[in-house]
Amino acid sequence: MSDLEQFRAETRAWLAENCPEEMRDGDITAENQCWGGRQWEFQSDAQKRWFEAALAKGYTVPTWPKEYGGAGLSADEAKILTEERDRINARKPLSNFGISMLGPALLAFGTHEQKLMHLGAIARGEIRWCQGYSEPGAGSDLASLKTKCEDKGDHWLINGQKIWTSNADISDWIFCLVRTDADAPKHKGITFILIDMASEGISVKPIILISGHSPFCETFFDDVKVPKAYGDDNLSVVGEVNRGWDVAKNLLVHERGMLGTMSPLRGATGPENLGGYAAGEIGVDATGRLDDPSLRQKIAQAEIDDWAYNLTVERLNDEANAGNGLGAKSSMLKYAASELTKKGSQLRMDIGGTDAATIGPDGIEYGSLANTWLYNRAYSILGGTTEVQLNIISKRVLELPSA
Amino acid sequence: MSLILTEEQEMLQDAANGFLTENAPVAAFREVRDSKNPDGFCRDLWKEMADMGWAGIIVDEEFGGSEFGYVGAGVLAEQMGRNLTASPFFSTSVLGATAVQRYGTAKQKEQHLGSICDGSTLFALAVDEGPRHHPEHIEFAATPHGNGYKLSGAKTFVADGHVADKLIIAARTSGEANDPSGITLFLVDADAEEIDRTHTPMIDSRNAANIKVDGLEVTGDDILGEVDKGYEALEGILSAGRAVLGAEMSGSSQQAFAITTDYLKEREQFGQKIGSFQGLQHRAAHLATEIEMTKSAVLKSLQLLDDDFESASATCSMAKAKSGMTAQLSTQEAIQMHGGIGVTDEYDVGLYFKRVHVAQQMFGDAGFHADRLAKRSGY
Repeated sequence: MSDLEQFRAETRAWLAENCPEEMRDGDITAENQCWGGRQWEFQSDAQKRWFEAALAKGYTVPTWPKEYGGAGLSADEAKILTEERDRINARKPLSNFGISMLGPALLAFGTHEQKLMHLGAIARGEIRWCQGYSEPGAGSDLASLKTKCEDKGDHWLINGQKIWTSNADISDWIFCLVRTDADAPKHKGITFILIDMASEGISVKPIILISGHSPFCETFFDDVKVPKAYGDDNLSVVGEVNRGWDVAKNLLVHERGMLGTMSPLRGATGPENLGGYAAGEIGVDATGRLDDPSLRQKIAQAEIDDWAYNLTVERLNDEANAGNGLGAKSSMLKYAASELTKKGSQLRMDIGGTDAATIGPDGIEYGSLANTWLYNRAYSILGGTTEVQLNIISKRVLELPSA
Repeated sequence: MSLILTEEQEMLQDAANGFLTENAPVAAFREVRDSKNPDGFCRDLWKEMADMGWAGIIVDEEFGGSEFGYVGAGVLAEQMGRNLTASPFFSTSVLGATAVQRYGTAKQKEQHLGSICDGSTLFALAVDEGPRHHPEHIEFAATPHGNGYKLSGAKTFVADGHVADKLIIAARTSGEANDPSGITLFLVDADAEEIDRTHTPMIDSRNAANIKVDGLEVTGDDILGEVDKGYEALEGILSAGRAVLGAEMSGSSQQAFAITTDYLKEREQFGQKIGSFQGLQHRAAHLATEIEMTKSAVLKSLQLLDDDFESASATCSMAKAKSGMTAQLSTQEAIQMHGGIGVTDEYDVGLYFKRVHVAQQMFGDAGFHADRLAKRSGY
């Protein structure tokens, strides 16, 4: 038996023993996943047991080095772990922006002290991070951001406003892009900074969306002091001052990578497969075909696209592991995933007819089809709009000329 | 298993790319077309391909093949799709070889695989009986006669049927026209007196034949696989064909797109490169994304044929559907983005457009496979 086969056998046995039955329903919604953080309360005993078992093994962040709370798995081993987890439909024991976005950026750009301070806390689910990128005047043109950050000797002084900060109201820290040089060209005066959300001067206001609910907030910074060092030498700035755009770009690739791995039709629109759902709602004719030929064709098309998409995530990951970096191709995944996600929930609404468009006495029910459908409109906007992704593919992948 | 090519497969890809761009570029295809070569391909080129081991690409080494599996066949087909290489590769080395190697008796393998590998015997698969792919609809009759059967009926669009030495014919031994059971495959000599072949040149300048058979007597030795259970074998052969056609269309999509992006970078209008226009950039970026999706779908279907042949059918359908849609989009956009010259015979993009249309129709277009997958999923 090869080392990898051995690892697979061990992993399978470990999962069988440690992953509770209740946690084998797929990691499918923002509501049932384990987010962690200071305000976190486990939703069930099973969720807690699963998290603790994974933590003990370093499997909340399997590929991170052991000294930072991970299991130090190789790419091949990590793939096996994912495959084995998917095989029993196990949820991820912990998932949040610290794991998917900040962590990889810190691993690439952080100092040893920064890694020690933050990565372990992320791995242990102690700190929940949110992302302070967009501003009211800086959406697709992110680099035009204006939140001001002044050097005050032993600390930074921050004034400004961020928008679309997901879960800012229940997060502990924020990784933020701020303007440290107003005179430099726009990409050259931005700094990537880490801020404790408990700092004085930070206030948060949730935003109500067309879906009736949302994780999004506005976050205001009013004379917020950020100490340059925490304890010994743990700097609050990641990478160099005024070079935060490099970090931001790296992180956006991870964000797109994450947004691009959502298994669009299943993940974002409900556990049941689309065709099965349609057959249940609409019924089939004497030949076993859905009793709505036009919808049937659209559903089948979407399922083919979804299948090819999921295989592409697998292939591009395998290529990245073999040393051919994913790079700007992550924009293709983000683009395809968000469009497919929207298509999937649109189809579910079409299948559901007026039933799906009916709301409760208190408005749009959280987790309802309509709620998901409306919320999903944002997928092709957040994390870089579809149009921005297409621009990136044109320029970076196809190298088409600029205007 | 990783969803990428192994080192060996990459070497095959490089070799194929080198050989075909050198010896069988689109210009060579034009030559065959313009000379009205009745074969529709160049026999010398086919011999060279066979000498390199391509004709026996999926055949096991013990029978003289190079045992590269379906991923190997797909790697070659993709490069052929890029260069619009016309050859008996698909009919003989994919369909014929799959039929004999997977469903043939020891004797049939002994008899035919060697001559597939050395390129000396050409095969063709006769399935459809109308203009649209419908493999269950078999009326072509095999009626018991003496110790064997008598074959009578008609087949349409038998690719390479006009040059084939051997025909694999799906015939009905029992049941009704649309019944998957009751179908039997026969492997017969194509030049038998009772077989009438009408050459049907196609829009893509490849060749096919309509075939009429009138009372051809066959014996049990001519049966490929099991009596009445030929549909399962047919399914397997078609699955392999669909995946490899998918690879070919993926190659055509990539090349038509590459020609187009080159053009976008060089053509100027309104004082600037047309590739700087966002209206074109976004369409190109969308197409680039679809091409990536297609590559993954195709490679997975080929890998599955190698790993677990019996379970590959649905994945092959998905790959055929996805690659067909992408190829159609890629070649349509290639013409449109080239403007007026895109519809001239002089420019290659139109040749790709025509080829992928026929490849789409062959063994089921995207709609056919969407229907098939939907039924399989219970809706």
